[in-house]
Amino acid sequence: MKKTVTNFLLIENKQLNKDNFQLLLHSPHPFTDIFPGQFINVEIKDASDIFLRRPFSILDADYDQQTIKLLVKILGRGSKKLTEEITGQTINAIFPLGKSFTLPDKSDRVLLIGGGSGVAPMLFLAKLCGLDPSNVNVLIGARSASDHIDVTEYLNYGNYYFTTEDGSLGEKGYVTNHSIFITHLDQFDKIYCCGPDLMMKAIGRKAVEKNIFCEVSLENMMACGFGVCLCCVEDTKTGHKCVCTDGPVFNVNDLKW
Amino acid sequence: MVNLEIKIHDLVIKNPVLTASGTCGFGEEIADFMDLSLLGGLVVKGTTLKHREGNAYPRMAETPSGMLNAVGLQNKGVDNFISNIYPQIKDLNTHIIVNVNGSTIDEYVALTERLNELDKIPAIELNISCPNVKEGGMAFGISCASAEAVVKAVRKAYSKTLIVKLSPNVTNIAEIAKAVEGQGADSVSLINTLLAMAVNAETRKPVLSTITGGLSGPAIKPIALRMVWQVYNAVKIPVIGMGGIMNATDAVEFMIAGASAVEVGTAIFIDPTIPVQIIDGIASYMERHKIQSVNEIIGSLQC
Repeated sequence: MKKTVTNFLLIENKQLNKDNFQLLLHSPHPFTDIFPGQFINVEIKDASDIFLRRPFSILDADYDQQTIKLLVKILGRGSKKLTEEITGQTINAIFPLGKSFTLPDKSDRVLLIGGGSGVAPMLFLAKLCGLDPSNVNVLIGARSASDHIDVTEYLNYGNYYFTTEDGSLGEKGYVTNHSIFITHLDQFDKIYCCGPDLMMKAIGRKAVEKNIFCEVSLENMMACGFGVCLCCVEDTKTGHKCVCTDGPVFNVNDLKW
Repeated sequence: MVNLEIKIHDLVIKNPVLTASGTCGFGEEIADFMDLSLLGGLVVKGTTLKHREGNAYPRMAETPSGMLNAVGLQNKGVDNFISNIYPQIKDLNTHIIVNVNGSTIDEYVALTERLNELDKIPAIELNISCPNVKEGGMAFGISCASAEAVVKAVRKAYSKTLIVKLSPNVTNIAEIAKAVEGQGADSVSLINTLLAMAVNAETRKPVLSTITGGLSGPAIKPIALRMVWQVYNAVKIPVIGMGGIMNATDAVEFMIAGASAVEVGTAIFIDPTIPVQIIDGIASYMERHKIQSVNEIIGSLQC
């Protein structure tokens, strides 16, 4: 799909927990072909100290309703300002940007791992991957139960597993400490993951060691989002690649991890 | 109907809005957002004789009303440009201007000779002002003697329109402009980014991998305007102005200060449709002020 600068209408801004908000944006133009892993670069309005747009992964897309759903976690000034927008406001964004995850083959068993706000593209992937839900396993990690977002809407698309660092929900520890990751990794044909760098590196290395296909979604700082500023580069085995256009999704085998 | 046509040396340009090097890739990257043939010209990504990987990540820092970059001229080299990019963009129906970089005068000359053979490249922008490379780059642009030496050598190798991109990181930019004019430059473009830095107070580390980088965006606009005005008053060749232009009013201000054309750069990162909005905005300004030709605006500052 052609990239556009679009004035979306904010039709819902729902606080999910302390730091996470779900924004529902309506596009004035019809769109198709939005895939998990792609992102949107959002203008932060009326903030004199914020110059650049802020990129957010797409949590869901509805072509009939012409809506895009975003999960916005407050990480700094830009994301905080965006969560303060009220329904009815215009949100200017460039979309769709980036390359998506490679969709699995029909017979694949997949493990989707999301950490923190990295859960967004994993839920979208669970919904869109087209597999029998019994073959879709979603492992989500957060600091504690209150940091997890409600995934009820996506429960039909797979088996869900949770970790928390304090043990308040699911297994205690990081996603890489979860029993499914420690003892059942060989069962999976493909691993997809999005979250903090350290988490993705730990998962990626394990996948390489076990020779399992693994894609990760990177989050380097960027200015433009469409491949002209060359600021968000990742040093890959084939040289500097733009996270915004060559990624954000990369196969771990291409990274110097 | 207003007349937006301007001339840079003998190059006729349909309107005074060009996109700045390093902010529009090779055109294809922004083709989804606008009809590139509407642009006065497209100054493509800084090109070198050989492939360059550029600097390590992080290369960018957001700053008040602007940003720092330290990309370091990442590009695949001139051979790749000629074989793979030029055929794709040569018929875009806008002027394609190549931004030329080197570590030595020989490199500048060798690269220029290759570009001189390309029919659809009517001009080069000789970059003697990149602050983000260890060798060459800005070093050539901060003294009259070195600027003269590189322009003199390149002038012999290049028969078409030669634009020299100047560094603001100097005491007297007008002197440098006069020096390159004296060696046969057909135009000067200014300003490149200002050498700057950002520090992370929590980690006590520089934000950029290279410690220093180049500042761009509206933060530098008043400095750029002042320099364009100073250079316009010092040379006879046309001046191309840039530095923090975000809208048509900014562009008009640069032209009033003496710019024959402008380059839009960092604004493209925020909104890639801005160059076309600026062209329309300049036309509206002219209609509002009953100006028939955009040339009437150039250097019309009333002191």
